[in-house]
Amino acid sequence: MSPVTTTAPLATYLVRHADDNLIIGQRLAEYISEAPELEEDLAIGNLSLDHIGVAMHLYQYAASLGGAGITADTLAFLRTEREFSNVLLVEQPHVGFGDVIARQFFFAAYQTLLWEALVSSCDETLSGIAAKALKEATYHLRHASGWVVRLGDGTDESHTRMQAAVDGFWRFTGELFESDALVDEMVLAGIGVDPARLQTTWETRVSTVLSEATLTHPSDPYQATGGRTGMHTEHLGYLLAEMQWMQRTFPNMEW
Amino acid sequence: MQTTAGEIRFQELIDADEKVEPRDWMPDGYRKTLIRQIAQHAHSEVIGMQPEANWITRAPTLQRKMTLIAKVQDEAGHGLYLYSAAETLGISRDEMQQLLHDGKQKYSSIFNYPTLSWADMGTIGWLVDGAAIVNQIALQRTSYGPYARAMVKICKEESFHARQGYSILLALSRGTEEQRAMLQDSIDRWWWPALMMFGPHDSDSANTPQSIEWKIKRVTNDELRQLYIDQTVPQAHYLGCTVPDPDLRFDVDTGHWSIGLIDWDEFWDTVKGNGRLNRERITHKVKAWDDGAWVREAATAYAHKQRTELEKTA
Repeated sequence: MSPVTTTAPLATYLVRHADDNLIIGQRLAEYISEAPELEEDLAIGNLSLDHIGVAMHLYQYAASLGGAGITADTLAFLRTEREFSNVLLVEQPHVGFGDVIARQFFFAAYQTLLWEALVSSCDETLSGIAAKALKEATYHLRHASGWVVRLGDGTDESHTRMQAAVDGFWRFTGELFESDALVDEMVLAGIGVDPARLQTTWETRVSTVLSEATLTHPSDPYQATGGRTGMHTEHLGYLLAEMQWMQRTFPNMEW
Repeated sequence: MQTTAGEIRFQELIDADEKVEPRDWMPDGYRKTLIRQIAQHAHSEVIGMQPEANWITRAPTLQRKMTLIAKVQDEAGHGLYLYSAAETLGISRDEMQQLLHDGKQKYSSIFNYPTLSWADMGTIGWLVDGAAIVNQIALQRTSYGPYARAMVKICKEESFHARQGYSILLALSRGTEEQRAMLQDSIDRWWWPALMMFGPHDSDSANTPQSIEWKIKRVTNDELRQLYIDQTVPQAHYLGCTVPDPDLRFDVDTGHWSIGLIDWDEFWDTVKGNGRLNRERITHKVKAWDDGAWVREAATAYAHKQRTELEKTA
C-alpha cells in the first residue's frame, strides 16, 4: 500500500468527499482579497474555511482506517492528480465573482442534499461530520443563491455575466450524481448515499433559483465525467503544484 | 475669540480622561487627525491581507492553512470595524477607499515588503502583529470613544495572531537546518521594517505633540518602540535566532536593549511610495475594486427593484 493512500472502501469513500471539499476550499482561498467588497472577502474566507475543515475531518477519519504513516496531511499534500478523486466541478478555475458564485451555487445545492442524507449514515463518525457540514452547506447555499438572484436580476451586464457563468459550469454538474461500485457498496452497508437519488431535488432547487434570477436554464447536453477515477481536467495539476509545494520541496518536516 | 460651550466641554472631557463621542463638539484638527489615523489603520488591515493571502494557497499543512485563512479573515473584519469607527467622524468608507486608491491616504509601510517564505507567516504574526499590539494597547486609552473601543476588540484578536505566528516560528526553530535557515532569514528581513512601524523618532514626528495633547496618542513613538524592543529581543533569542543589528546591546544601567541606527532613508522612501511593493499592493486593491464594480452595481439595482416591487404591493 502506498504510504499516502488508503484501500479500505470506507476510507476511499471518505477521501472522495474530502477531496471535493479540499479542492473547492483551495479554489475559494485563491480568491481571498479579490472580492468586490470587504464583506464578501469575509464570506469567501468563511466558505473556504468550512470546506477545508470538513476535508480535514474526513481525511483524519480516513487516515485512522489506513496504515501507519497516513495522516490527513499526507492525503492532502502527497497524492498526485491521478490519486485525487474529487469531482471536476470543484477544480474548475474562476475568472471573477460570477464564476465563484456559480460554482459554489451548484456545489452547495448538491452538498446540502448529500449531507442531509449522510446524517442518517449508520457510521456514527460520518454522520457527525455530515451534521456539522449540513449546517455550513445550508448557509453556503443561501449565500450563493442570494447572489445568483441579485446578479441574474440586477443589471443587463450582471445578467449576461451570470448567465455565462452558469452556462460555463453546467457541464460539470451531471458528474455530481454519478454512482459506481463503491457507492453501491456503501449504500448496501448503510453508510453511504446514492447521489443519483438526489438529482431530482437538486434540479428542482436549482431551477427555482435560476428562474427567480431570470436566468435561462442551461441546456448543454454534454456532461463531463472522470473525476472520481482520477481523470481530471488539466487545471487540477496546477492547483496541486501550488498547494503541495511546501511538502514537496521540504519533505518529511514538521510545520 | 470667545470660547464656546462646546470647546469648554471638549477640554473638560480631555482633562478628565473621559471619551469624546461622535456627537460631541470637537476641533476640526482633532477630527481630521482622527480620520487620517483611523483610516490609515483600516487601510493597513485591508492591504495587510495581501502579503498573507500570498501564502494561504501554499500553507504546508491543513491546520496551518485554516489558521492563516482565519487570520486574514480577522484582518478584513478589523478593516470593517475601523472603517465604521472612522465613519462616525463624518466620512464614508467609499470616500476613504478612494483616498487610498488615489494615494492620498496611507497604510502601514510594513505591508510593502514581500512575503518570500513560509517563515514570513510566522514573522508577520510575531513581529508585525506584535508591534501593532504594542501600539494598539496604548490606543485603547485614546480619547475618541469609538476608536478606543475598536482597539479593545482588535487587541484581543491580534494577541491571538501573535501567538499563532510565534508557534509557526517555534516549529521552524525545532526543525531541520533548512527550516532554521528559513526562520533566521525571515527575521533578518523583517526586523528593521518592524521597528520602523512605530514611526519616526519623536524629534522628527510632526504630529506627535498635538496628538499627545489631545490624548489621541498616549505614548510617543520612541517609548513604544523601546517597549517593543525590550519584549521582542528575548523572544528572538528563545528561538535560537539573532536580530540583524551588530550594535544591539543590553544596557544594565537602564535595563533596556539599545539598538543601532534605523535606516530612515528606507523608511521615508517606502512612505513616499518607493518601497518594494507599493505599486503592486495598490494595483491589486484597485483591480479587485474595479473588477467588482459590476457586482456592486447589480446589488444596488436589485435592491432598488425589490423596493419598487414592495411599494407597488403596499
